[in-house]
Amino acid sequence: MQALKYARAASVDDAIRLLRDGGEAARVLAGGTDLIVQARERRREVHLLVDIKRLAETMVLAYHAPTPPDAPPGFYIYPGLEVGAAVPLYRVYGDPDVQRHYRALVEASHVIGGTAIQGRATLGGNLANASPAADSIPAMMALGGVARVVGAGGTREIPVAEFCTGPGRSALQPTEFIVSLYFPPPASRSGSAWERFIPRNEMDIAVVNAAAYLAFEGDTVSEARLALGAVAPTPLALPDVAAALVGRPLDDAAIDRASAAASAAARPISDMRGTEAQRRRLVGVLVGRVLRKAAARARGEEVPA
Amino acid sequence: MTTETGRPALEARDALDERIVVTATINGDERSWLSSSRDSLLEALRERLQLTGSKEGCNNGNCGACSVILDGRLVNSCLVMAAEVEGASVTTVEGLARPEALHPLQTAFLENAALQCGICTPGFLVASSALLAQNTAPSEEEIRFWLAGNLCRCTGYDKIIRAVQQAAEEVRTGVHRSPIAGTGTHGAEAGVESNTAIEGE
Repeated sequence: MQALKYARAASVDDAIRLLRDGGEAARVLAGGTDLIVQARERRREVHLLVDIKRLAETMVLAYHAPTPPDAPPGFYIYPGLEVGAAVPLYRVYGDPDVQRHYRALVEASHVIGGTAIQGRATLGGNLANASPAADSIPAMMALGGVARVVGAGGTREIPVAEFCTGPGRSALQPTEFIVSLYFPPPASRSGSAWERFIPRNEMDIAVVNAAAYLAFEGDTVSEARLALGAVAPTPLALPDVAAALVGRPLDDAAIDRASAAASAAARPISDMRGTEAQRRRLVGVLVGRVLRKAAARARGEEVPA
Repeated sequence: MTTETGRPALEARDALDERIVVTATINGDERSWLSSSRDSLLEALRERLQLTGSKEGCNNGNCGACSVILDGRLVNSCLVMAAEVEGASVTTVEGLARPEALHPLQTAFLENAALQCGICTPGFLVASSALLAQNTAPSEEEIRFWLAGNLCRCTGYDKIIRAVQQAAEEVRTGVHRSPIAGTGTHGAEAGVESNTAIEGE
């Protein structure tokens, strides 16, 4: 067994340097609720933990509304939501702007683990861990999330929908880590929703989860995004299924077609949590539910989680 | 040399890892101690500071027996590195009671028989105290949701929920209503005001 060291990054550049010097077995520590267990149980080889929790860039949580048309000339703030990679979940779902504009994110982050996990766990960590059953990743995909990544090679942006490459594997290169997650501002008549199926009431890993974002112009769907979890080697964005919803009203027939198409697009396996057939059936049910909920929220209706 | 949950024992950590000094406020007192860089907060509390109230149950974040309050937030101390709490404030179950009296939750757990083997109890007490710190009138659903990360394998949850409700009422109103003092009837309907934990003790 190798020694396990701990280092607190003093800046983003310091973190990159620590990761470069530490090599393959250096890992970024945010909430630690996955990583510390993986290191302890030797499921990941970890010799250096680089703590990024004391950086302004990783602890930011800020929403800026789109600049109003009557704003003074030259006044422009880049609109959307910025969530630092080390911001714990309780701050995410407790934030009034997140509650108002990004409901799918609230619904997912509110049921990841229990209270003690939510005091520590982060969206950035949930994404970097790249579990196929991660609860927040389909919600982030549906909301058009983008990971802002830094590393020795500079900075880049990776859409959440392209981030995971396999179970526990991601597009991150050595020395790279997620600094924050960015979400575009939702359209004025839009809504989002997230659902999961678990056999218990709380504290369980998804058999299937699903998330949707819908925007409307009049009765017509103008924008749609759909994503699933626990039905493929990675969380799964469904751009084709979502695109088929755009340009027409969201009636029962459209919802049924989307549910069937999502069931067909899923690539689930049978395991201890559920069979392939059960998962395909659940995909259809959950996609129907998140579409209806997202649409109701777009109409301004209060829909409980 | 490892423990049952697979983590290296104290001697192995000391032989292998970096020695670090950690300074933090523990139950209101500033403490500095020598830790291994591999120590979890739970290991530091139990093995460096001899605060053995926090328990190791699963050691992977499922059971809540190691619950502590870190800078005002409920966390699992098995999922925090000791090095991470530098400069922070930690409250363990040892920090709940005052010298002259138990915490209302502790009294309520005793009076409602909300424990049997007791291994999960420190975690439930700490987690419940974090709930009452922000909500002194939690509904049963809110209590159950808040405590979903704390597992009890012998008593079951009903008595624990009842105890938290009794303690919440006491914190909220300043009135202690024991389910066993006086007539021995159950729950708040007994309405007996008493400062003693157990009648005839």
